This record gives sequence, structure tokens and C-alpha cells, in this order.
Amino acid sequence: MPEAPAPAPAAASRRSRPPRDWNPIHRVSWRTHLWLLLGVAVFCLPVWITLVGSTHDASTIGRGDVPLLPGAQGPENYRVAWLEGGGRFRTTPAWLMLRNSIVMAVLIAAGKIAISLLSAFAVVFFRFPGRMLAFWMIFVTLMLPVEVRIIPTFQVMVSLGLVNTMAGLTIPLIASATATLLFRQFFLTIPDELVEAAKLDGAGPLRFLRDVVLPLSRTNIAALFVILFLYGWNQYLWPLLVVNDQSLQTVVLGLARMIGNGDSQNEWNTIMATAVLSLLPPVAVVVLMQRWFVRGLTETEK
Amino acid sequence: MATLALEGIRKSFGPVEVLHGIDLDVADGEMIVMVGASGCGKSTLLRLVAGLEVPTEGRILIGGRDVTALEPAERDIAMVFQNYALYPHMTVFGNMAYGLKIRGLPRAEIARRVQEAADLLGIGALLDRRPRQLSGGQRQRVAMGRAIVREPKLFLFDEPLSNLDAKLRVQMRAEIRRLQRRLGVTSLFVTHDQTEAMTLGDRLVVMNAGRAAQVATPMQVWSRPADVFVAGFIGSPAMNFLDATLTHGGTAATLRAGPVLPFADGRRAGPEGMGLVLGIRPEHVLAAAPGEAGEWEAAVTVVVELAEPLGSETVLHGRLPDGEELTARLPAAEVPALGGAAQVSLALRLPAAALHVFEASGGRRLDPVA
Ligand SMILES: Nc1ncnc2c1ncn2[C@@H]1O[C@H](COP(=O)(O)OP(=O)(O)O)[C@@H](O)[C@H]1O
Ligand SMILES: [Mg+2]
Repeated sequence: MPEAPAPAPAAASRRSRPPRDWNPIHRVSWRTHLWLLLGVAVFCLPVWITLVGSTHDASTIGRGDVPLLPGAQGPENYRVAWLEGGGRFRTTPAWLMLRNSIVMAVLIAAGKIAISLLSAFAVVFFRFPGRMLAFWMIFVTLMLPVEVRIIPTFQVMVSLGLVNTMAGLTIPLIASATATLLFRQFFLTIPDELVEAAKLDGAGPLRFLRDVVLPLSRTNIAALFVILFLYGWNQYLWPLLVVNDQSLQTVVLGLARMIGNGDSQNEWNTIMATAVLSLLPPVAVVVLMQRWFVRGLTETEK
Repeated sequence: MATLALEGIRKSFGPVEVLHGIDLDVADGEMIVMVGASGCGKSTLLRLVAGLEVPTEGRILIGGRDVTALEPAERDIAMVFQNYALYPHMTVFGNMAYGLKIRGLPRAEIARRVQEAADLLGIGALLDRRPRQLSGGQRQRVAMGRAIVREPKLFLFDEPLSNLDAKLRVQMRAEIRRLQRRLGVTSLFVTHDQTEAMTLGDRLVVMNAGRAAQVATPMQVWSRPADVFVAGFIGSPAMNFLDATLTHGGTAATLRAGPVLPFADGRRAGPEGMGLVLGIRPEHVLAAAPGEAGEWEAAVTVVVELAEPLGSETVLHGRLPDGEELTARLPAAEVPALGGAAQVSLALRLPAAALHVFEASGGRRLDPVA
């Protein structure tokens, strides 16, 4: 049709483009893979260097070399780190710091979940005077993390004699509403009829909490536990302030202390071995809990 | 098993009164269906009986005992919810057993009761499943089972069939009726579906905006509706209402459309010229026989606006000369061929014997003076 009006051919060609002679999927996936590999490298390289570093002797790294292949000092480095500690002062051994960190992180995660769960339960399922006020007061604590109220909180801990105790380490971190809001939103999705059915079945509030709310919140709890465990694990400022007893040292803080201020050579091999050890519990928590909440997410129950 | 009595039940949510004084006596083993439009307070009334809400005024007695102040669990009732409200994380067995477990029944007794109820409902093979692995009909049965195992004094149903497809609904309706008869448990059943109401209830409570407009057997409600609301609510297609005035010394009504209809069942009290509403069901409207209308009939002519063939019958929607609508349900054979653009006029007869007479003001049924 040579005499077709001007716009028509354009429209026609737009509609019937010649089929592409290459498969777009292959090309895209090739590029995608390149990017992904690059990303993997960026994330893995530091971990690899740390891992490799933990298998050489102190002087290799001290010379400024960055070895990319494992050395032979591994077992010895890990033994020293695990049993004796490293750094200039032969600080706390890694096993103790790891134990402290795990206890702290578990207490913080479990404590926060327990408190949030209960307060959200109260706010959602009970009608009492000042209910919304209570909720907003809880909510406001979100805006006051430990870093903001650190001086008064420290003052309180001193007056209570909780400095240098596990309680002093964890309680101020537990007392904020991180998860209350999340649990509240989740509880609001539980149908009223379910609550009423439980009432008719004769379940009191605590029984309802135990038999219905907790099982339904399983996946939320698992996900929150991971997040809050990592939050607790990574605490730095508060432990720095409230604990100076070597036996309560946490691993994040301990690692930082191992690194000197330049007066003398750092024992990078032990430091890196400790760093590798300090990675293991969070990784374990993520991996274990992931199974839990992925299973929960795939078989949704509501 | 027990009687249920409601005495002057009022319920307000904040400033809004939702129930304006409900009185009801339910006999032992009776199935009462509460029917009414959406939002008229049916669920609220049911929830008051269940103890999930507290009445603003009035008393609730179950088996003669005042339970108004008791917790739901202390009232010995079981409820089936519209969305079933099964515990999603428990198996079918767990769902049915939960209430019994809380009451501390022995394990063997619980297992026996659950098995019995499950067999009764045909869900014996599903006891290990979770609710989400069940179809809608099966969930419905589990919800029923959960109510049955409790062996309560009272069953409460809040539109339990409205989430089922039409076929299943009919089937479950019959089944609920059979079960209720067999178990003999006093029941309150809430629905907005008049077919459900008519087929299920020993008696109906027709609710209108927070009041019980009529409490009577399904047949009474159909044949002697207490007011215009009930008359229009029960029956499908809905009853026709025609404006009229009381004439001839109370022995006849003159339709606004013209014809005079004598009352077949007797004289009505009231001043000459009093406003009336005459009701006549579409299935009682007759096609005009050739010739004159009889003495106990009124002849009217309608312009047909819409014809809905249903097979053996046809529903005609027409308009009287004065603009009032009239619906007739006629045997298909008596309906002339309709079609084309031309307006078709059709002569119809309104038999006096099928007439319902209501006062125009207030809408109450106006019975003949004895
Ligand atoms: N908890 C409540 N708070 C305020 N208003 C309510 C509440 N429950 C019901 N209502 C109101 O009461 C009226 C009747 O509701 P309901 O009993 O659920 O009607 P039905 O079940 O007949 O459809 C509605 O107007 C509804 O908005
Ligand atoms: Mg309702």
C-alpha cells in the first residue's frame, strides 16, 4: 500500500516490529549475572581477607601484605583467640566474650519480644481507661533510644547499683517499644470472631494469649527475634559505658579494644580470628530462624 | 436444652440506640429465625444473648436463670459465626476439642464426643486437617461440630450459610434443620435471607430497624403479615402495595386507580375516607377472564414495562393508569405474546380474597371487626 497516509506506516511498524534475532532473556541474564557476581565479590572479599588473615602469623599482616591465600597459622591463632584473647593486653578470651554477647543478645531479643507482645496484647484486646494514652507513651519510647537518654539512663543504673552487671547491660536496651507497633498491627488483623469464639469456648485472656495469639504470631516472633538478636549483638555505646569489668566484655566491644592506638603492633591474626568467631552466632541465628519463618510464611495460616 | 426469654432488651452504642426494646419467649427445643435487612440489629441481638455485648436495658433468661450479667463462657451456649472463626493453627479435632479441654473434660470423653459429632456431620475423615485445607462447606461443618460437642443449652447461628455457594447453602440448610430437630437444642438463627428464614424456623422474628415487627410462624408471617414492612419483606417477588381509601361504610376500599374492591373477610372499623394501603401478592394477581370482573374482584389495566419469563411462569412488571406499579406472576400460558416496541396493555384481576389491608398511617395490619 504505497499510498497509505503518512501516520499509518509508522503505526504499523510499531505494531509489527521484526522479531528480534537474539533472545533477550539470554542477554539480560548474562549482564545480570555479571552484576550479581560483582556484588558477591564486594560483599565476600572483606570476609575472605579476614578469614585468610586469621590463618597467618602476626608479622605477615604487620608488614602490610594482604595475603589472599590461607597460611598455616590457623589452628594456633584460633586457639589463642578462643582461650587467651589477643591484642596488647591479652584481653578477655573469645569464648567468654561470645558467651557474654550471646547472653546479652538473647536477653535483649527475648525481653523485647516478651514486653512488646504483652503490651500490644493489652492495647489491642482490652478496653481500659487511658488505653490509647498508654499506646502513645509506648510509641514515644521509639523516639528515645538508649543513645538519646544515655546520661539519665546511666545515672539510673548507677543509683540502682546495676553498673557492671548483665542486668544493667540489658534492661535499658529492652525498655523500648521497637516491636510493640509491629505486634499491634499483627494483632489487629486477628478477626474479632476468633477472639469471641475463644471467649465462648471459655478461654480467659492468658489462655487465649497462649493457645491462640502466640501460635499465630510464631512467624512474626521468629522474624523479630532475628532482627532484635542482631540489634543486641551489635550494641556498642551502651556496653562501652556501663561495663568495664573484663569478665562482662562483649565481643563487639572486645574486638574494638584489641586494636591499639598505634603505639605498638596489633596482633591482627588473633583479632581476625576473633572477628571470624564473632560472626558465627549471628549467622547461626539467621540461618536457623530463617528456616522457621520461611516455613511459616509459605504455609500462611490466617 | 432450655428456654430463652428476652425481656425489654435495649442496646445503644454510644448515643445511637440500635435495639429499641425486644421481647421474646423461646420454648425448649424451638428454632427461632431472626430475619431482617442488613443493619437492623440481628447480630447485635444474638451477641447480647451470647454475652459478647451487654444490654443497655432489659434481662436475658436462659432456662429461667437470669444470665444478663454472666460471662459468655458461663452461659452454656455455642455460637456458629458467619466466617466460621475456626482456630487456623489447630486441627479440626483441636478446634472441636478446645472448649472441652478448657472445661477440663477427661481425654477419653473429649475424643468420644468429637468423634460422635464428626460422624454426625460426615467430617470424621478430616479430623487431622487444618482449616485452610478444607473447603467452605467442610469448614462450615467443623464450625457446627465445634458447637455440637459442647452440648450447650442454646445454639446461636449468625448467618452461617451466607459464605457458601447457592447449592451448598440449600443442602446445609436442610442439614442444619435435621440436626437441630434431632438434637432438640433451642436455637436462634440469624439470616437476611427470607427463604432460609421460611424453611428453617419454627417461628420467625421479623426485625425492622431494631424492633421485632412480627413474631410468628413462617406461614402466619406470610399469610397475615403484621404490617407493611413484614408484608413487603417476606415473599418474592415482593407484595404489591396500592393506595386506597376506606369507603362504603367500611366494607370496601376504593383504589386510587379507580376500581372498588369489597372486603371478602368483613368490615373494617374506621372513618369513611380513611387512608389505606392494600397489599396483594404477585402470585395472587390473575389474568383477566374474558368478560366482566366478578363481584369479589377488581379489574385493572396495566401497561407492561418488563416481562421476566421463569419457564412455567412469567413475572410481569406493569404500571397502573395512576402511575402505581403492579407486579403479577402469571402462568406462562396466560401471558399474551409481548414484543416489539409497542406498549402492551394488559387487563388483570385483583381477587378480594387475597387482599391484605393496612392503615396508611403507621402501616399496621387492619383486621376486620369481629
Ligand atoms: N460495636 C458497635 N459499635 C457501634 N455500632 C455498632 C456496633 N455493632 C453494631 N453496630 C451498629 O448497630 C447496627 C446493627 O448492627 P448489626 O446488629 O450488626 O446488624 P445486622 O446483623 O442486622 O446486619 C448497625 O447500624 C451497626 O452499625
Ligand atoms: Mg449481622
